[in-house]
Amino acid sequence: MSKNDIKVALIGNPNTGKTSLFNQLTGLNQKVGNYPGVTVDKKEGLSKLSPTQNAVITDLPGTYSINPTSIDESIVLKTLLKKDIKESPDVILVVADVENLKRNLLLFSQIKDLEIPTVLAINMVDQMNRKGITIDLSLLKKQLNTEVVLISARKNEGINDVKAAIIRCHVAAKASPLCGVDHKIDPDYFMKLKEISSDYSLYELWLMVTQSNFPETVTKEEKEKLLAFKQDVSKVKKYQHKETIYRYQEINKILKKTYIIDKSKATDLRARLDKIFTHKIFGYVFFVFLLFIIFQSIFDWATLPMDLIDGTFAEISDFAKNNLPTGVLTDLLTEGVIPGIGGVLIFIPQIAILFLFIAILEETGYMSRVVFLMDKIMRRFGMNGKSIVPLISGTACAIPAIMATRTIPSWKERLITILVTPFTTCSARLPVYAILISLIIPDTKIFGFLNLQGFVLLLLYALGFATAILAAYILHKTLKIKSKSFFVVEMPNYKLPSIKNIFYEVLEKTKTFVLEAGKIILALSIILWFLASNGPSSFENVEKNTVQNPLNQYLSEKELQQKIASAELENSYIGILGKTIEPSIRPLGYDWKIGIALITSFAAREVFVGTLATIYSVEADDEKTATIKEKMATEVNPITGEKRFNFPVGMSLLVFYAFAMQCMATLAIVKRETKSWRWPLIQLFGMGFLAYISSFITYQILS
Amino acid sequence: MLSKLYSLSTIATLQKGEIGYISEESLDFIPLKLLEMGCLPGAEVELVQIAPLKDPLYICVNGSHLAIREETASKIQILKVNSLDV
Repeated sequence: MSKNDIKVALIGNPNTGKTSLFNQLTGLNQKVGNYPGVTVDKKEGLSKLSPTQNAVITDLPGTYSINPTSIDESIVLKTLLKKDIKESPDVILVVADVENLKRNLLLFSQIKDLEIPTVLAINMVDQMNRKGITIDLSLLKKQLNTEVVLISARKNEGINDVKAAIIRCHVAAKASPLCGVDHKIDPDYFMKLKEISSDYSLYELWLMVTQSNFPETVTKEEKEKLLAFKQDVSKVKKYQHKETIYRYQEINKILKKTYIIDKSKATDLRARLDKIFTHKIFGYVFFVFLLFIIFQSIFDWATLPMDLIDGTFAEISDFAKNNLPTGVLTDLLTEGVIPGIGGVLIFIPQIAILFLFIAILEETGYMSRVVFLMDKIMRRFGMNGKSIVPLISGTACAIPAIMATRTIPSWKERLITILVTPFTTCSARLPVYAILISLIIPDTKIFGFLNLQGFVLLLLYALGFATAILAAYILHKTLKIKSKSFFVVEMPNYKLPSIKNIFYEVLEKTKTFVLEAGKIILALSIILWFLASNGPSSFENVEKNTVQNPLNQYLSEKELQQKIASAELENSYIGILGKTIEPSIRPLGYDWKIGIALITSFAAREVFVGTLATIYSVEADDEKTATIKEKMATEVNPITGEKRFNFPVGMSLLVFYAFAMQCMATLAIVKRETKSWRWPLIQLFGMGFLAYISSFITYQILS
Repeated sequence: MLSKLYSLSTIATLQKGEIGYISEESLDFIPLKLLEMGCLPGAEVELVQIAPLKDPLYICVNGSHLAIREETASKIQILKVNSLDV
């Protein structure tokens, strides 16, 4: 970003095509960062306005007004109140939906009163004819006293007009309020408010009073005076109501002269689709059917790319091993870093596919109907209709799911959603489930058509959801948090999804996962590699002792190498750790080797499989050596002489992985979102306790 | 006469497809957020759909299609036009 770039803030109601416009203006020149001090993602992009002029466009979260009710929305207020030259926008671009212009202009009128140069882009004008809408553009410009552009972001029409308008608006750099909050409500009151400072517009001062949000530039003295206004809370509230009414009166006056809508042309597509999607029986049937289709396709489509990624990383690792000089650094690279990166990337197919579906559901407007259908049910469990989105996303990965809770305005409902989301079966649990199920559940059909293994997997998904709901209910009854539950959801028009928007959405969500989870999984992989390949002083003698052991003298070179690797692991730090915890996990049916896998699973659950592969020194790419599954199947418990992974142990492990909070990346995100270590620790120990007890009971009953 | 034509009730008592007009008196009971979304005194409000478990309610007011909870809806007073053929 250079100094001459115009800083543009993009603002608009949800469902106005704001994202489409952002994507059209910036293309692939966008990046997601963080707002300093807060956790909400900041989407920025560079746009070429003219051959000589660039703009940095910040996409602010969708909001109906500057007065925030959720964390997402509070960003808008914070950005606009900033007086910092570096941060505050030069021009504000307000996007409005042509069909809902009246309501959209409320936000516009608030922004205009901040006295920052503003461009109004009226979107979806390609729909005007069909909806019977006519606009007197030149009169509207005059009445609103601002640049107004008609666009159709999806069809890429009018984008150049927006760019030109931004430049004109920036050059003119003049801005005047549209409504002015003072004279119609209580002139004396607002006169006194205005006297506090001349550095701010009256509306800015009023926002500081109503929102208790003060820019850093406000002096202590000014702040005290502003806070004095807040003393009379009911008066402030009353004036906020009056202000809104007044704004609508002004907007109505302007629209009466400039905007005509012929209601007879309204189509009833919305009504017809709503009849199906919100039907008291069919609505739910359709939703469940949709979930079924989604999960089915995740499994069908993701398998191939996942195998491809898995294979590629194994090859890269082998290539590096064979071509780099032997040494600690090569070991670190081939046994720590490369598998670590592979362990992150392997999840991309499943996560991307699930987010593709979620993006489609949101783009089409169907998700709001699900929220509408589910709110009452979710509320009984202390959550919100909006909690359904994180709970579904959680089946891909808890990290983006927890970030998706930001739209829930009530803190208690949001917190409960955050706390229970990790119970849903995320993609990292799948490899663990898959291998355990194939070991302990026979590959037969029940009722003649249902694959028993697949059915057990389905039961595990159901277990995850049921536990999440139950845990939410317990939290709802025990958490003593007072927070006002409030619920307003707009039911947008049904739309065909835009491929471009969905592409960017999936790209962004996947990127977030790779960055957030990736850095932790990678770091832990390296730490675990170190712990597994180093040990206390006697560690160095392991290789020598194994070679010299007379029992091993008839082994082939390959078998000897495997024996050495196993022995080394047993004597490494992590082996010692596994042996240390063995007494406490024996009641669950586990030995120290499984104990190691439990510990390493904290990086990511699927590391379980990889760890066992290392412990049983399996080389999967060699046809002669047994696969990890065969190795696990033949592993024997020396005490009982039975198979190690028999039915009771397998079930106990399945239950453990269903409940335990074995994901550092999720804990880190929960800490960030709740701004305290308290909640992630409660999650870690609460879920850990539940996992331990349940596995204990499972094993003791079955064995 | 007027009292026979109009009856006072709340959005929560509307039947599906019925229309009412938000009363001026309920201004203080409408949450700011709803006001901002177009739920203004004097506005025509239509109950479009009721969720299967009787809550939330799906309304259309001032061109906005909104889902609100019954709890909120029961606080917003409306004037309902009585059918004349009774």
